[in-house]
Amino acid sequence: MSDNNKAGVLAAVVGVGQTKYQTKRGDVSIAGMVREAAVNALADAELTWDDIDAVVIGKAPDMFEGIVMPELYLADALGCNGKPMMRVHTAGSVGGSTAIVAATHVESGVYDRVLTVSFEKQSESNAMWALSNPQPFSPHLNAGAGGYFAPIIREYIRRSGAPLDVGIRVATKDRIHGSKNPLAHLQLPDITEEQVAESPMLWDPLRFLEACPSSDGACAMVIVNEELADKATKQPAWIRGTAMRSEPTMYAGREEVNPQAGRDCAADVYKQAGITNPREQIDCAEIYVPFSWYEPMWLENLGFAEEGEGWKLTMEGVTSLHEGGDTPWNPSGGVLSSNPIGASGMIRFAEAAQQVRGECGDHQVPNAKTAMGHAYGGGAQFYAMWIVSSEKPE
Amino acid sequence: MSEEKEMITGMEAPMYLTYNFTAGGATTRFLAELRNGKLVGQECPKCQHVYIPPRGSCAACGVPTVREVELTNKATVQSFTIVYIPIPNNPIKPPYVIANLMADGAHQSFLHLISDVDNADVRIGMRVEAIWKAEEEWTHAMENIQYFRPLDEPDMPIDEIGRLKNA
Amino acid sequence: MRDIAIVSFAQSPILRDAGAQNEVELIMPVVSAALNAAGLEDVQGVDFTCSGSCDYLQGASFAFVAGVDALGAVPPIKESHVEMDAAWALYESYLKIKAGQADSALIYGFAKSSPGDLPFVLSQQLDPYYYAPLWADSVSLAAMQARAGIDSGEFTAEQMAEVVQASRSNAKNNENTQLKGDYSVEQLLAEPEYIAPLRKHDCPPVSDGASAMVICTVEKAKEWGLPYAVISGIEHRIESHNFGARDLAVSESVVLAAEKAGVSQGPIDIAEIHAPFSHQELIVKKALGLDDTTKVNLSGGPLAGNLMMCAGLDRIGEVAMRIIKGEAKRGVAHATSGPCLQHNMVTVLEAS
Repeated sequence: MSDNNKAGVLAAVVGVGQTKYQTKRGDVSIAGMVREAAVNALADAELTWDDIDAVVIGKAPDMFEGIVMPELYLADALGCNGKPMMRVHTAGSVGGSTAIVAATHVESGVYDRVLTVSFEKQSESNAMWALSNPQPFSPHLNAGAGGYFAPIIREYIRRSGAPLDVGIRVATKDRIHGSKNPLAHLQLPDITEEQVAESPMLWDPLRFLEACPSSDGACAMVIVNEELADKATKQPAWIRGTAMRSEPTMYAGREEVNPQAGRDCAADVYKQAGITNPREQIDCAEIYVPFSWYEPMWLENLGFAEEGEGWKLTMEGVTSLHEGGDTPWNPSGGVLSSNPIGASGMIRFAEAAQQVRGECGDHQVPNAKTAMGHAYGGGAQFYAMWIVSSEKPE
Repeated sequence: MSEEKEMITGMEAPMYLTYNFTAGGATTRFLAELRNGKLVGQECPKCQHVYIPPRGSCAACGVPTVREVELTNKATVQSFTIVYIPIPNNPIKPPYVIANLMADGAHQSFLHLISDVDNADVRIGMRVEAIWKAEEEWTHAMENIQYFRPLDEPDMPIDEIGRLKNA
Repeated sequence: MRDIAIVSFAQSPILRDAGAQNEVELIMPVVSAALNAAGLEDVQGVDFTCSGSCDYLQGASFAFVAGVDALGAVPPIKESHVEMDAAWALYESYLKIKAGQADSALIYGFAKSSPGDLPFVLSQQLDPYYYAPLWADSVSLAAMQARAGIDSGEFTAEQMAEVVQASRSNAKNNENTQLKGDYSVEQLLAEPEYIAPLRKHDCPPVSDGASAMVICTVEKAKEWGLPYAVISGIEHRIESHNFGARDLAVSESVVLAAEKAGVSQGPIDIAEIHAPFSHQELIVKKALGLDDTTKVNLSGGPLAGNLMMCAGLDRIGEVAMRIIKGEAKRGVAHATSGPCLQHNMVTVLEAS
């Protein structure tokens, strides 16, 4: 087995670009929206299209927009003519996986500067239809992703004995975080726990305000090698570790509440980054939490808390930026505030990078030096994670 | 003409694509038995776990599931959710319960409806049985089972749900 | 830099219609065959796995998720997927190994095109605002390209027929292919035009099947005691999606990729060209700079059996296997994606 030592080159994020996230971007085409994020990332990196060696693009299923392999059509908008272009698709984790594939382009030594972009323009088609498009031969009971994850959350509550308002607390906190991020889709600065509690129950125990919105948007990053990162004017976000893991959606004996693929992926990325105590050593994290209860569940899965104890950190305010918690989770507002599905994972990775670059404005975690980006997809079976740091590894 | 043209924010471009689905070898065998009113799982030759509905492989071992195992109508609730929103093109009225059900003798749960019970009384570990539609309505579909309803049996201990007997 | 080699390749029979078999059932046999040929018991024996497929072929979102059910991914594996031909899954794996993040990888692609109407499904690859609503199908676009080539004098209808003749004849030696037989150029040219100037035999068949491959560092191949073919160059380039902005009769992206991959740095004994249409083989052959000393598409190529989403990987596998068997010393494999050869990959393989 490979010991995962970076035999390759060091890589760092030197530019991040995002669009505003909203229900419908009627003012731009898909190409225009993707280009907007890319142009912002290039400007942030103080580079031009000519500087880019390759483009790595990701998005969730093609049926969300109804374009088969849309990278072909987006080649022109992303300045790819005559360059290499890759298209990644790993379900909901795709934004994270795409960033990792882009990082690998640089770490392999084959490319010096890579542009990576992820997007979803869900308003162009009907995402709920694309997800629940009834396939023959299976019972048509799929009431969206919430219907799939709610029974798993119920089992978490049973096992951990968590009080029933933990989800409400996460939903409120992430929306207050989001209100400090001008790009976030939901802007709810005055949201209260009462409002969340009184919002309609959709998939018991998940209420309307405990679920993510559906957004249009795109996110882009420029990743370069060590030599070029050293020359960057702005602080680079050094990539200290990357990891991906997959397991089947269903198999006998699968641990659905605390999936092994997530635990293994975290162990792998921590080992690369030299992290032995994530709670102590990671200053903030952008973690894929599309439904409120996944914060306490992932706190345990990622080793920030012992099994059964994750909800306590949430209730103590450890993950809250505005309450001065020591490990803020999703200071950008997270997936609960903006969810352009294919881009959501990359937004987590990019926001982690922005934190260690000190570029987060009102949602900046003070003195953030090491941050984690996380994405998951499918039936919580695909994982992508990275650790970035303001400090260059030895 | 005015200088400022109204911005075009959308256009209709409907897609119509037709597909002829096939179920797959393993699923075909399963659906054929369902048409006969039987729930038949398939066993992994390596780990002996029984899958229902079968997909053609034991996903854990990556080998075909060849041997068929007939199951009864009884199952246990592994977990569930009460859904308050309608399913597109489905007549069920919210709120209704969908549950991950572990059929007796199977080791992989499947999703189905629970009915004939107060939603508030549904719990993890509850024993249930399949209520089939009238025989003349049977097709090659899980909808042959209308829903599952509670059995008058003690709950199954949670750590026994879906476990191999001698494991 | 770490040298990377192909050690095994397995392909299912290429069928017009795989019938009842679902994706899992198509993938399982080729994955285990490729792993076993590399002396590995299961997927846990490689460091990384990557696949290529397209949801729209079978009309279901997340088609690749079913692929994971075929692998035996417990304990969980390091895995990724491209919504592209599996040749690009090979490329992702190649970079992963170059970066030192893995020493070996399993790559697979699967194609079940029979459920849909492939040329129309592919029409939805086009720009969604201008081209896709016109439902310009992939065969019509290829015909437009063929017309451009014939009219500009790049190639002739006779040369296209020769490509078909050679494909059908070579395919006789490949038990996996769909279309094979002896035809004369005159016989082929006597056939009526289908979508002018293309005749039916200038177009690829619709095929179902799957392929898998194992690659690793040369060091690892030696440790495993396996014969191998070294990837001495691998490059890919995309061009404009705007047909009006390209000269369709030539392929600039193949020229660029071939130069970077080092095709001309030595004699090329064999080539496998992922040209779904006969005239595209002529375009790519010219762009690769090949002359008649190179034997092209000894497998029959895509005209004999065209696994959408793994026909590119198949080309690389075919060249690698011939090198491993000692039939050739140096070869080139080409993979393509998109309408009218929009995106192209060139791989140079050499004997150890």
